[in-house]
This record gives sequence, C-alpha cells and structure tokens, in this order.
Amino acid sequence: MAFDSLTDKLSNIFKRLRGQARITESNIDEMLKEIRIALLEADVNFKVVKNFLENVKQKAIGQDVVGKINPSQLIVKIVHDEIVDLLGGTDCELNVKKSPSTIMLVGLQGTGKTTTAAKLANFLKNKQKKKVLLTACDVYRPAAIDQLGQLAKSIGVDMFTMGTSVSPVEISLKAKQKAIDEDYDVVIIDTAGRLSIDEQLMEELTLIKKAVNPEEVFFLVDSASGQDTYNTANIFNEKVGLTGFIMSKFDGDARGGSALSIRYLTHLPIKFIGVGEKVGDLDIFHPDRMADRILGMGDVVTLVEKAQEQFDEKEAKKTVNKMLNGSFNLDDMLAQMKQVNKLGSLGGILKLIPGMPKITPEQQAYAEKEMRTFEIVINSMTKEERQHPEILKFSRKQRICLGSGKTMQDINKVLKKYEQSKQMMEQMAKMRKNGGGGFPGNFPGGGFPGGGFPGNFPGGFGR
Amino acid sequence: MGLISFLKEKFSKKDNGKYNNGLEKSRSAFSKKLNDLGKKYKKVNEDYFSELEEILIEADVGVNLTLQTIDELLTKAKKEKINDYEELNSALIDILFSNYTNDTDLPTEINFDGDLPTVALIVGVNGVGKTTSIAKLANRYKNAGKKVLLVAGDTFRAGATEQLALWGDRLGLDVIVGKENSDPSSVVYDGVYKAVKENYDLVLVDTAGRLQNKNNLMMELEKIKRVIGKLVPNGPQETFLILDATTGQNGVVQAKAFNEVTKITGVVITKMDGTSKGGIILAIKNELNIPVRFIGLGEKMDDLEIFDLEKYLYGLCIGE
Repeated sequence: MAFDSLTDKLSNIFKRLRGQARITESNIDEMLKEIRIALLEADVNFKVVKNFLENVKQKAIGQDVVGKINPSQLIVKIVHDEIVDLLGGTDCELNVKKSPSTIMLVGLQGTGKTTTAAKLANFLKNKQKKKVLLTACDVYRPAAIDQLGQLAKSIGVDMFTMGTSVSPVEISLKAKQKAIDEDYDVVIIDTAGRLSIDEQLMEELTLIKKAVNPEEVFFLVDSASGQDTYNTANIFNEKVGLTGFIMSKFDGDARGGSALSIRYLTHLPIKFIGVGEKVGDLDIFHPDRMADRILGMGDVVTLVEKAQEQFDEKEAKKTVNKMLNGSFNLDDMLAQMKQVNKLGSLGGILKLIPGMPKITPEQQAYAEKEMRTFEIVINSMTKEERQHPEILKFSRKQRICLGSGKTMQDINKVLKKYEQSKQMMEQMAKMRKNGGGGFPGNFPGGGFPGGGFPGNFPGGFGR
Repeated sequence: MGLISFLKEKFSKKDNGKYNNGLEKSRSAFSKKLNDLGKKYKKVNEDYFSELEEILIEADVGVNLTLQTIDELLTKAKKEKINDYEELNSALIDILFSNYTNDTDLPTEINFDGDLPTVALIVGVNGVGKTTSIAKLANRYKNAGKKVLLVAGDTFRAGATEQLALWGDRLGLDVIVGKENSDPSSVVYDGVYKAVKENYDLVLVDTAGRLQNKNNLMMELEKIKRVIGKLVPNGPQETFLILDATTGQNGVVQAKAFNEVTKITGVVITKMDGTSKGGIILAIKNELNIPVRFIGLGEKMDDLEIFDLEKYLYGLCIGE
C-alpha cells in the first residue's frame, strides 16, 4: 500500500521523540528536518512540504509543547491534524444524482483511465444500483476500445463505441443521447491519455466537456508519480476544469506523496483510490482514515466495513455457535479461514489493524501458501474425518498424503493448528460465560511474526 | 574550462533536432529556474544552495542524490573559489555527469553476438508504456536490418495482446500470441522457440504490468526468465525496465525489485516529451548503477532515441 515507507519513517521519528524527556526547540527543528526528508522522499511536492513544516512548527510553538513533560503525543496530534488538512478533511460524495449524470475521466497516458472507468462502472452498478453506460472515447491507443469492451463485458455493463474513425466529441454526444433515450443513470466517458502540453488533444477534452456538460471530471493520478504531478494536474484543471481526483495503483509501494500534494495545491478533492487490478478494487477515499494509516495508527473502520461487506453472517453465526458449544471441527476451521480470506490479502488486513507487525511480501506469500495447503489437506479428508479429526491415525493420514500430494508434516501441522484453535475456542467459551468475548481468529499463521493472528479479530459479527 | 565548453561546442552543431524538441518541455522549466536563480543571487551564498536543492528535488532527482550533489558542489565551489552562477552551473553538470558515468563506457544499443537470437525482456509497472516502447524498439531494429519477433507475454490485461498484434501489423512484424489468460511463460516459450528455429535476430517479449510488490506476478516473471534460459542459455540477454518520466522516488524501488528477479540491463524512459524532468533516472543510476539505454520522446514510431547523457544534462541545466 502506498504510504508504507512514509509511515515507517514517521513512526521512527516519533519513537525517538518519545524517548526524550523534554522537548527543546532544537529537538523540534531536528524532527522537522527529518520529517522534511521523509516527506520529500515520499514525493510530496516540495512547496507542500515547506508549508506543512511551517504550520507544524507554528502550532507546536503556539501550543507551548516546549518544556512540557510528555509533549510527543501533542506533536503527533499536530502532525496528524495537518495531514488530515492536506488530504482534505471530509469525504466527498460522488455527484451522480441527476439522471443521466456524466463522468469524464482524463489524464496522462498509462495512469489507468480505462481500468478505472470499468471499476467506477462496477462500483455504481453494484453499490448504487445505477444503470451505467461506458463510453469508449480513446480512439488513439491501439486496442483501447477492445480493453474497455472486455472489461465492460466482465462486469455486465453496456459499452458504447463508434470505432476509431469518429471524433471523440461526436461519440460522447451520441453516448449521452443514448443514455437519455434508453434511461441510463450514468455515462462514464473514457478519454485517451494525453500530455498536458498537447494543445490539440487538450482542446479536444474541452470540446467533449462542452458537449456533454459532465457532473464530474476526474483526473487520474498515478500513485507513483513524482514532483511534476501538480503541474500537470494544474494545467488540466486550467484548461478542462476538474472536479476531483482518483489515485490509481495505490496498492503498490509507491510513497503516495502526490496524494498529499494535489488536494492541497488545487483545492480539489480526491474521491477514489484504486487498490488492485480487479474491477472491485476501488475504494472511496477517506482523508481522516488515510491520515491514521499514514501515521501507522491503522484503520479499523475500513476493516470493519470490509468485514461487514464480505462476511457471511449466517456462516459466522454457525461457527460461533459451534465454537461455543465445543463442537468446532475441521470444516468450521476451513470455513472460518475462507471468510477471513475474503477480506483481502493478509498483509492488507494487518495494515488496517493498529499496532500489528508488518509482514514482508515473502512472509505474506508463505502464509498464503500455508493457507492453501490447509485447504488442500482438509479437502482431501472424508466427511467423517473432518467432523471427527480425532479418528485420524497413521493409515488415514497416509491416505490423505497420497490424495493431497502433501507431506505427513503438512497434515500434522493442520491437526496441530486445529487443536490449538479448539483450545482457544474452549477458553473463549469459558470467558464468554463470564461475560467477555470477541471473535476468536484462528489462522494458520505459523510462519509469521508474532506467531499468528491476534485473538480478537474485530468482534461483533453474527451475535 | 571543462565539460561545459565541450558541450556547448557539441551542441552548436545542430544535429539533434528531435532529441531537443522532445526534451524541450522537460528541461525548459528546469533550466529557466537555474537561470532565474543565478540572476536572483548575483553572488553565490547559502540561500542559493538551498534553492538549488529545491530545484533538483523538484526534478525528481531524489533527496539522497540531491544532498550528495549539493555537498560536492559546495566543496568544489569553495575549493575553486567559484562565485559566479554560470560557472557554478557548469560545475553542477560536471558533478552530475561524472557521478553518472563513473568513468565507464555505458552501453546503449542492444548488443548482438552469437548465433542465437537476442532475447529482450520488457518489464515495468502498469501503464508506463511497455507495449508502445516494444513497438518503437522493434521499429528501430527492423530498420537496422534485423529480423525481429514480438511476443505478447501480457496475457493478463484486457486488450494488451490486441494492442501488440496491431503494432505488429503496422510494422509488418510477426507476433506470437497466446490465448487470453493463458500462462505467459508458455507463450514466451513458443515465441523464443520459433525465434531460435527460424533464425530471428531479436525477440522482444512483452510482459504484464505488475506492481513490484506483488509476489505472485514477480514469480511469474522469474518463470518467464527460466523458460527463456532453456532455449537461449544466456538469455534473456537484455532486460529493460520501462519507466515513466513522471515517476517519483518509487522508481528506485521499482528498479530494485525488478532487478532482484531478473537483472535489469537498462532503463527505457518514456513520455519524456511532457513536462516531467525524469530526474529519477539519475537517482536509479546513482543507487543501483543501472544505465538508461533509450528515451521515448513522442508518440510516433520513430520517437525513440539512444539516451545521450550529455544532451540530457545539457538540456536539463542549460537549456537553449
């Protein structure tokens, strides 16, 4: 995820600050210097960095942190507030109330307009129950229309195209007319990537905009982009007029500094972030949550929301009940694992939980591979074996080995993990009788730091 | 008199029209700033250097290299008692130049030797222009009389295969294509197999864009590399990392990650005709010692040039 390295650096800086009994002005200067480097390395625009540091310094001095006994918390808070401020403070709704509404996507080549067009269509279709028309206006890049067509098909949304020999202005006009005639709610216009200095193509955007009068004009920002982002966004804004930004490729380990810069410099909101390659990988941008994440404070709200979306409540309830009356078996363990899996990658989940250790891609791959092994092993068992794991003796295990292609060691690992989980469940059940309790998360996590998943995965599902 | 007069002489001969035009936008802001800076501070002082620092950072050169460069420049200025900004600019170019070249001859053109085809693996994150760069490279070496084969190893992105096939059509080159979502390494195997059997000179292998932190995709890349090695033992002889000129400091991370999977032999920087300065290429050379080989300067097929450091730095710092 973007911002990770910034998060690391900032938390190191703060950690050292916490070690200081008192904070002097030179401490602050030292810290600001380090924050400056961290921000610049994260590709935050240098003008923004300058302002940011000035604001932090002024507030720090204004709040009289110097000399106080535990001022580091206060400084973290000041930095946090400033970051929220940079990111825009409050969430911004997508403006699609009118029917049909039009959304135009613009930007440089390769920033992800076509993919994002499909993701937006998917979002509007599934979350807002809108009838969406994707419009292919990239008549320049070879096979761009094919790409949009394939994506449109995969999400079950209509695409409007007139091929590559018609002008994009005409295509977008016709698309809008079609939307009016056939009761579409939203028209999404995918335009060709272009450089901000290409006068002719910039003019084309202006003409499209005039023709369809869109409610939203989004500029796509690649999360890995550097210092020039602001200049480019600015030119697009001056010439075309934007209503906001979508950050793409936010799942990379880009520093994401452009997200911290463009809102501040253009006063336009970031509305979405693209967090993966699948059409469902588009998240609404929440400035405050992002600020928490940048400062390593986790983002439990997003996690809970994801969980609510993905968890099968009935299934969860069943598992909880089973756990509580002690009849937890291998089938349940597998079901539970699958539920957690639905939330996304392990690393992604851990990042949302405050105070969780970071895992490297290797560790993550290992844990995910192990989970896969668990699934294979369990699926190679008979129904009886899964429900009564205690009957698994050598000959049965040997058969499972042959059937699953896994080793005896793998099988024993699964059973050991099962035993541990079961024990944990029993303890939970006891605790619950005494009034406590959450959602025990058992997880084949032998390979990663801390030796497993935290026992209290956000509770409250299915009870 | 150092490098600067040599460069000036070199550039007075008007032999680099396209290079200059393409780079013009990239460098004009940068050189203008340097000149303005010079005018602002008639004398070189501390403020001058702190503003110079900002200018370099704004060009995406990165904090490390910027601080290092400024340090060297300060030392040099003191030692040689430089206080005129024009001299200082030329000292700046000297420093950037010698840091980059490090007294070695850096390769640019693809090397052809041996009987087997040269396999060039093209890698990069999503959207940097891999497919377009392949088309440009293919065009360049086709015009140089080489027998070129294109392999559509991006079976993941919707429309990617079609895009390469279209380029193949336009250039009159053979393209090896697999089914959508088929295993890319099998497509690559077919391609390289054909190339070996039919005596192609150059095989350009397109790969799916991947974020460098996605382990599975990186493993897939490793597999592609292994498959190539089965048919061409020292292949892929070239692995080019395609990098967008707008990329910030993440470019270094990208290069590092890809380099661990398959040794990157060069960077191709794309979209240098925009407003970005592409300073990231200096940072990558500085930290990983990977040179830039080609530079994409426009949208036309022949808008790909050999990277010329002298021209690049001259344009960056001096302008017209």
